[in-house]
Amino acid sequence: MFPYNKFAEFQMDVLKEVGNIGAGNAATSLSKMMNKVIDMQVPKVEMLDFEEIPEKLGGSENVVIAVFLRFEGEAPGNIFFVLQKESANRLLKNLAGIEVQDANVYTEMELSALNEIGNILAGSYLTSLADFTSLNLTPSVPSLAIDMAGAVISYGLIQFGQMGDQALLIDTVFMEGQDAVEGHFLLIPDPESFHTIFRALGVPLND
Amino acid sequence: MIENLVKIGIADLNVVAGSGVLRTSGLGSCVGVSLYDSNSQIAGMAHIMLPSSEIARGGALNLAKYADTAIPELVEQMSKLGASNKRLTAKMAGGAQMFAYCANSDTMRIGARNVEATKNQLNKLSIPILAEDTGGNFGRTIEFYCESGVLLVRSVQQGDKEL
Repeated sequence: MFPYNKFAEFQMDVLKEVGNIGAGNAATSLSKMMNKVIDMQVPKVEMLDFEEIPEKLGGSENVVIAVFLRFEGEAPGNIFFVLQKESANRLLKNLAGIEVQDANVYTEMELSALNEIGNILAGSYLTSLADFTSLNLTPSVPSLAIDMAGAVISYGLIQFGQMGDQALLIDTVFMEGQDAVEGHFLLIPDPESFHTIFRALGVPLND
Repeated sequence: MIENLVKIGIADLNVVAGSGVLRTSGLGSCVGVSLYDSNSQIAGMAHIMLPSSEIARGGALNLAKYADTAIPELVEQMSKLGASNKRLTAKMAGGAQMFAYCANSDTMRIGARNVEATKNQLNKLSIPILAEDTGGNFGRTIEFYCESGVLLVRSVQQGDKEL
């Protein structure tokens, strides 16, 4: 079996670049939509215990806004676009001119706007990933959930769950205006997909 | 602050006796199940991630992760503390479908499959299910109070609920 949990340094760098390109494209889309400069941090590629993953999003019970996109094809995987509430509210204001009255009960209109923003961003992440690797990747319809980070993110861990108690995450944080709007792009390829991604990019495989 | 609070992570299980409280947070498609022997006040809880250990590949098997292995392991650990297998009762929560589409694919139906597998396993061991709060499309955090036998289910969308 391919040792998905023992990547060499240069392989981790390649995954970082995958995150850079995917999230970079998504951030450019967001920047165009908002007509503002979006900064992006260097992606983090980490093998994390399941327990640690919700901590990246403010803790297991922290309520987040998440758009989830599952993709199938030659190298299946999961993409999440995750925002904290405050950031989602600022996005809605900036992009759709919507002033959120009560962040505990989003209106149809607000939900639909958030879903659409998430669609565009997750879609543009995936498109650039497919272009960059020349792999055939087909997206599901993205779907929105506003709920506990632990409950939401565990959906992306099912494939890794069959292998062990850790998952490899490609996490890119983006922000606008210091920290006015901050969010995460998370790419979690299925364990079997790393082999295909490396091969597609001409990266040597460890035995 | 709750004294004697035992936290259970994802794909994890634990047991407690007397005045202890068991908690697991952020259940989405995962199922939280509590077993209880009220006579001896011994309780156990598992945070189940997947229905069956048959799909496990590679590495050491984490018994707490799968419905078919977590429940027998809980029973075993509780009986070591002095619980009687015959007196055990169960309560369960979780197994939601957090995202709305693609309900036909197996992965997306994981919540329902986890609930089903948990019930099957409980039936197999003749452990009656006293209460459940499963399904829906929302996340849950659960706390089991060993002294009273109450399972508290918290959710963002539906508030608190005692089972």
